[in-house]
Amino acid sequence: MNFKLKIWRQPSAASKGELRRYEIEKISANTSFLEMLDILNEQLIKSGEEPVAFDSDCREGICGTCSLTINGEAHGPAHPAAACQLYMRQFKDGETITVEPFRVRSFPIIKDLVINRGALDRIVQAGGFISARTGSAPEANSTPIPKHNSDLAMEAAACIGCGACAAACPNASAMLFTSAKISHLALLPQGQAERSRRVLGMVRQMDAEGFGNCTNTYECEAVCPAEISASFIAKMNREYAIASLRDRLGE
Amino acid sequence: MIVAVTGVILILFVIGHLLGNLQIFLGPAWINGYAEHLRELGPLLWIIRAILLIDVLAHIYYTVRLAIENRRARPESYRRKDVVKASFASRHMVISGMILLAFIVFHLLQFSIRAIDPRFAALPHDPLGHYDVYSMMVLGFTSPLVSGFYILAMFLLALHLSHGSSSFFQSLGLNNKNLTPRLASAGRVFAWLLFVGYSSIPAAVLLGWVHLRSHS
Ligand code: HEM
Ligand code: SF4
Ligand code: FES
Repeated sequence: MNFKLKIWRQPSAASKGELRRYEIEKISANTSFLEMLDILNEQLIKSGEEPVAFDSDCREGICGTCSLTINGEAHGPAHPAAACQLYMRQFKDGETITVEPFRVRSFPIIKDLVINRGALDRIVQAGGFISARTGSAPEANSTPIPKHNSDLAMEAAACIGCGACAAACPNASAMLFTSAKISHLALLPQGQAERSRRVLGMVRQMDAEGFGNCTNTYECEAVCPAEISASFIAKMNREYAIASLRDRLGE
Repeated sequence: MIVAVTGVILILFVIGHLLGNLQIFLGPAWINGYAEHLRELGPLLWIIRAILLIDVLAHIYYTVRLAIENRRARPESYRRKDVVKASFASRHMVISGMILLAFIVFHLLQFSIRAIDPRFAALPHDPLGHYDVYSMMVLGFTSPLVSGFYILAMFLLALHLSHGSSSFFQSLGLNNKNLTPRLASAGRVFAWLLFVGYSSIPAAVLLGWVHLRSHS
């Protein structure tokens, strides 16, 4: 298969970027999208041009590093899937494919398609953990958890922290990510002690990072590779309202 | 949160207001009597008006601030952006809201302050001694331009509420796997019913179904 590519090139954070055109030929339909970019980069290196910088790690949809906006959709058109799980058979022969970074103020561009998603880490550092004595793993059945809760917590815990939700959101809001992290722990007994402090701290950090605000367009859940449901955002709104009320009452 | 609560109050108002206005189809005595009842509320009416005014101002203040923050959160826009799920209404809340604001100002100038059309202030009272709201509405909507603007504004109101009237549940933290999709459909139906209800008045006047009646 042959493709025309329009790829965002930006030498550094401070410089201005632009879409540059490339052509690539004789790509097998079963090549993954990132492999196609690898092949392009080999061509560029051979011709003495700077290769396209893009991020990836696991290439199997679990690490959340491959932050590409492909043809105007975060992670490309194969929802639910991360960009690394996308194959060239998803595209038409001869198609023009536009590749851009995730565009969110809180994810500054480092180079070309590589962004800094540290803002998400700082949100987690603001409360997305439990304080517990470490050591050997406790006996699995010593803490009973209702099946329904453990299922929901697992659903929320599936978030891979890729940031696609904020990238796709018309308001660049990271509420799907934050709500998944909050709900995951709020649903489990281990998360109860820090439940109020967690939601207040994480939401404040999310706002401080400069993300936008949710207006319930649900674009996030449509692109999320982990199929996180926007119902967790409602849960976060609920948790936040209760926690700030408690906080105000001095509890 | 504040946007949702202020929005819900506005929704309650538009339902009440529609039910009041539809009384025009029952004839002058009904609607003029209704208007008179409202006026008889005296201080209570002013309290309701004040609450609505504060509510509208708060709604606008917080939504505009929200919109500015949201725009700042993405300084460089995508060269290509495809929409996967977000509805047209949900992506155009600010513009539909702004035009509604222009409408609300015009609407108040026309029917409450009566500064647009000099005939309104000069209308004689109806035989029961009530202010003749009926004739005022008919006179106002005889102009195709005014009626057109009203119908357009009601279209935008429906658009705004086809998103807003279910979106506020989510903002208030109410979401349920079975109920939420149904609320979304119900919100849309509700919004378009409002459109039909409100637009029926200028449309009926234009079509001559509702016309001036001579008092005798
Ligand atoms: C006058 C100017 C207005 C402006 C600028 C405006 C703007 C907005 C904006 C930007 C939003 C937030 C977007 C979102 O949540 O999706 C919103 C939400 C909403 N608006 Fe308005 N609006 C206006 C008037 C109205 C009126 C007249 C009503 C009701 C009759 C109304 C009812 C609502 C409701 C129910 C919501 C949803 C709240 C939520 O989802 O939390 N608005 N508006
Ligand atoms: S919620 Fe989904 S889209 Fe957002 S960071 Fe987590 S996995 Fe990515
Ligand atoms: S490279 Fe790990 S999720 Fe795509």
